[in-house]
Amino acid sequence: MVLHLRRQQWLEMVGHSYRCLPEEACGLLSGLPGGPVERFWPCPNADRSARTYAIDGRELLRVERRLEDEGEGEEIVGVVHSHTHTDAYPSPTDVERAALLGDWHFLIVSLRHPEPEARCYRITDGAVDEVAIVLSGA
Amino acid sequence: MSVSVRLPTILRTHAGGLSEISAEGGTVGEVVDDVVRQFPGTSSHLKAPGGGLHRFVNVYLDDEDVRYLGGLETPVGAGAKLSIVPAVAGGWG
Repeated sequence: MVLHLRRQQWLEMVGHSYRCLPEEACGLLSGLPGGPVERFWPCPNADRSARTYAIDGRELLRVERRLEDEGEGEEIVGVVHSHTHTDAYPSPTDVERAALLGDWHFLIVSLRHPEPEARCYRITDGAVDEVAIVLSGA
Repeated sequence: MSVSVRLPTILRTHAGGLSEISAEGGTVGEVVDDVVRQFPGTSSHLKAPGGGLHRFVNVYLDDEDVRYLGGLETPVGAGAKLSIVPAVAGGWG
């Protein structure tokens, strides 16, 4: 399994993660199901917390409706959040709360080290599988 | 009373692929119960084992979070729009 991501999107996610410090950052990914990520949608962290994140349901609805109005078949395919002081691996909270998110990709940006690191996972019935991120283009 | 209910992606497979359905009820709780009656496969995603809403599900009535209205007891009027939205949350804590 791989997740295709353009370099620009990677930079947007990492930039958003730094801008939100000291709080955790979050956002959504959209694309055609099974295809590359088309867009990163930064969202406010409704928790305003350095330890947890939450995306307000109205933000999710806003993005979903916009994608439906565009009518190109693009859907929300994943969620991004940052770990400000830990590795880019899903926490028990992340795993527990993934239950209702289907086959979304979970992309985590770790700011623990001087170099940011992004890793992607699928979480199914509590099992965590890493998905390789393939960067392309500009 | 019939209201329109928007379903999150994960529930659509249990509702014939529909993103929006009609359900009956005079309160948010009754409408949710009717969704489960029509599409029993949605039950484990919508309902908590001890009753009430699954804790990772949020319900919006015309874009207002029902937790800040009257919860499941919130009355729904004709033509209301209910949106069921998964809670997207987590963190390292």
